[in-house]
Amino acid sequence: MRNSIHVKAPRTAAKNEVVRLMTKLNHPMESGWRRTLDGKAVPKALAGRFVCLFNGREVFRADLDAGTASDPYLSFHARIAESGVFRFLWTGEDGSAIEKQARIEVV
Amino acid sequence: MLSRRELLLWMVALSAAGWLRDTEAAPREAKQLLAKLTGGAEQLKGGVTITLPAVTDQARHVPMRISVESPMTEDDHVKAIHVVAERNPTPAIASFHLSPANGKAEISTRIRLIKTQIVVAAAQMSDGSVRIGKARCKITGGAGACG
Repeated sequence: MRNSIHVKAPRTAAKNEVVRLMTKLNHPMESGWRRTLDGKAVPKALAGRFVCLFNGREVFRADLDAGTASDPYLSFHARIAESGVFRFLWTGEDGSAIEKQARIEVV
Repeated sequence: MLSRRELLLWMVALSAAGWLRDTEAAPREAKQLLAKLTGGAEQLKGGVTITLPAVTDQARHVPMRISVESPMTEDDHVKAIHVVAERNPTPAIASFHLSPANGKAEISTRIRLIKTQIVVAAAQMSDGSVRIGKARCKITGGAGACG
């Protein structure tokens, strides 16, 4: 995995505020649709699974298929009931995984 | 022995069938995939909004936002959103799994569209119903998402 993961999350939130979370992974997301000049199909190679956990509980999960653009970007929301740590976890179809964490405080 | 009239009728019928097969194969595949993903539940219209650019020449990175009308409470929330493209080489785009912890059923991502087509999203609600929304995006510039 040509990996570099980006995360954008607020550092603080009011109790029960709904915040927007964004993440991007640098990855070619090879769709399996392309052919090389000599006509061979380029094999499918995706970072197919994204999971976001908050204090160990799953908040959001995405199963990405060939129709997702390269360097996949996702934005979603979460309701913040307590301070804690978000884990942003990307997993490739080849089993490789990469994660980043973001801490958020309830003020 | 076929009469001339019967022969002509058969020719018209067969060419019509061939035309249908050529243009309808991919959307049918997308429809079947969506039915499989949602467990064959009846698909109701409304409540799901897909926002796509009306026209784009950047087919490899088309921004897409999907929002579903839902209070996102324990009793009434969106469980999953499945997205398919009708005329891509393979129709599957992505499935998103949500819960009340999201607070708001709105997601954004970027997709590939190989030509001008309709994108369909189906939202599975917590009461078991399925709602669908559609949006069309025109691709200009010729390269499509395959380059």
